[in-house]
Amino acid sequence: MSTATAGAHDGPPESGVNYLNASYGIKSWLLTTDHKRIGLLYLVSVTFMFLVGGLAAVVMRLHLVEPQGALLEPETYNKFFTMHGIIMVFFFTIPAVPATLGNFLIPIMIGARDVAFPKLNLLSWYVFIVGAIITLGAILSGGVDTGWTFYPPYSSLYSQSHVAAVAIGVFITGFSSILTGLNFIVTIHKMRAPGMTWFRMPLFIWASYATSLIAVLGTPVVAITIVLLGLERLLHVGIFDPAVGGDPLLFQHMFWFYSHPAVYIMILPPMGVVSELITAFSRKRVFGYSFVAMSSLAIAVISFVVWGHHMFVTGQSIYAGLVFSVLSFMVAIPSAIKIFNWTATLYKGSISYEAPMLYAMGFIGLFTMGGLTGLFLAALATDVHLNGTYFIVAHFHYVMVGGAVIAYLGGIHFWWPKITGRLYPERWARLAALLVFVGFNLTFFPQFLMGYMGMPRRYAVYPAEFQVLNVLSSAGASVLGVGYFIPLIYLIWSLRYGKPAGPNPWGAKGLEWTIASPPPTENFLTPPVVEEAYNYSGTGGSHD
Amino acid sequence: MSEHSEHTGHVVPVRTYLLVFFALMAGTALTTAVAYIDLGRWNTVVALAIAFTKMCLVILFFMHVKYATGLTRVVILCGFFWLAIMITLTLSDELTRVWEINPSGWSALLPFASRLL
Ligand SMILES: [Cu+2]
Repeated sequence: MSTATAGAHDGPPESGVNYLNASYGIKSWLLTTDHKRIGLLYLVSVTFMFLVGGLAAVVMRLHLVEPQGALLEPETYNKFFTMHGIIMVFFFTIPAVPATLGNFLIPIMIGARDVAFPKLNLLSWYVFIVGAIITLGAILSGGVDTGWTFYPPYSSLYSQSHVAAVAIGVFITGFSSILTGLNFIVTIHKMRAPGMTWFRMPLFIWASYATSLIAVLGTPVVAITIVLLGLERLLHVGIFDPAVGGDPLLFQHMFWFYSHPAVYIMILPPMGVVSELITAFSRKRVFGYSFVAMSSLAIAVISFVVWGHHMFVTGQSIYAGLVFSVLSFMVAIPSAIKIFNWTATLYKGSISYEAPMLYAMGFIGLFTMGGLTGLFLAALATDVHLNGTYFIVAHFHYVMVGGAVIAYLGGIHFWWPKITGRLYPERWARLAALLVFVGFNLTFFPQFLMGYMGMPRRYAVYPAEFQVLNVLSSAGASVLGVGYFIPLIYLIWSLRYGKPAGPNPWGAKGLEWTIASPPPTENFLTPPVVEEAYNYSGTGGSHD
Repeated sequence: MSEHSEHTGHVVPVRTYLLVFFALMAGTALTTAVAYIDLGRWNTVVALAIAFTKMCLVILFFMHVKYATGLTRVVILCGFFWLAIMITLTLSDELTRVWEINPSGWSALLPFASRLL
């Protein structure tokens, strides 16, 4: 299917041999060291975890249709929101873009044959799976009720649920992201094709590089924190609980030292995806390339000095609070640089609205709302009112779902023809993109209002005056669910019935579009020729 | 990229490894010995100083950083710098925690500043 199209410089002469059909059988997948196949292993795994975490969300939204709670005991409700948080944060959003699209694309985009350490790459997947199985096992055998943040002393000495098992699962999974981050850093430093200078790299690579730095520098801290929590829980060593001589805020410092940057582990790769989508569907070089690239690094660095904004109302010193507040406002600057540059890229672009572009546009709007409401929370005074309410829930879902998940879906659609060699049905995809956008806003915008009016998060019951907003939110969740489900069906359908894609269905620039779809196992049959990134000059209107 | 020269690596004589190993062992013995002597507020300082020296030996010799390229050293320094960020900003809270009914502003920090000096 690949050599049929002119322009496939690298189309293999023995047409049709690619990474998908080069070998068959379950063993050829479970023992593969091909970064593209490992990317697909992750794709299947995180999709499964997304379904599990999504199921928990569905149950919660159903429960909250009635003020007294429609379905669950309060204790069970606690376990459901904890399960939703842990699975969605550690097992879906953190690995989603880097481990699937990152694994598939990073070597191809820089003109390499594979990542620097292919076996380590496979090991990372197995580590992820072991962590996921332990966590799922603990959840099935009774669950955990601490919230995804595991705050002591409740988690270390009082909770009767499976805190230790889930913490071990999260601990193990952390090593998967450390190893993947390390692999990507070395790959990007050492494996770039001749001519692929730092400032010719696609912006997705810059974003992945910044993300990997955060993962390598931050994840060990949360791993150690979890070990300390375990020492206190199992051996009663006094670290976090005042009753045995510890300081509970020390846990929060160490936890958020990782977990705030983890927000950027979750959002930077999607930002990289959006940079690629915007430039491809505007047929224009991204405006201010070096600013967009450097803002990724700036976000990675600044993200490490803002964590105290999670602790404004915990008894943290107000002087530390002032410092953290100022620093938190600073992180808005590089984020805004990206938003403005993407918008400027659209200006006088030759824009078309295929499904990936719809997702990218959705990202710009929703991330902007998520980011700006973050400023409310970075301000000491307003945070006192809003902390612990649904305003926070709405804020981070605008960033994590409206931002990260939507960009992930956009990226999956954009590179689906490259990954599978098949086109997805465009009309269905546009419909699904619109449903996701509408469903998302209907779910989470009411939560801004409830939170502003004072409805606290993490309660199984609520005062009756909030019912209308809660029913709206639950209705939105069902629309959102349909919006997620449609792509799941047509993408699987397209594997068999989709039209052959050809090497470059979008007329996009970048090395991945110069090779066959699906790519051969070696990626490049002849050494790639690297040109200026996003060289769209003179290709105006090349799309059809 | 032609960096094959970098990959040849430095061959460290076994003697060096043994010397470092015995130095580490001596450090452990010293830590244990010092634990029997009460140095007052210097207890922790001495223990940490010995631990720090041992850590440096491991990083420089066992982890080959002494013979590594500049990039590797930058990576190591970044790790320590990030640790310093965590400790400094955590201390910015721990050292300035004060409960006041009517916060008196920045002047409340003076006693803490003097404690630092
Ligand atoms: Cu944060």
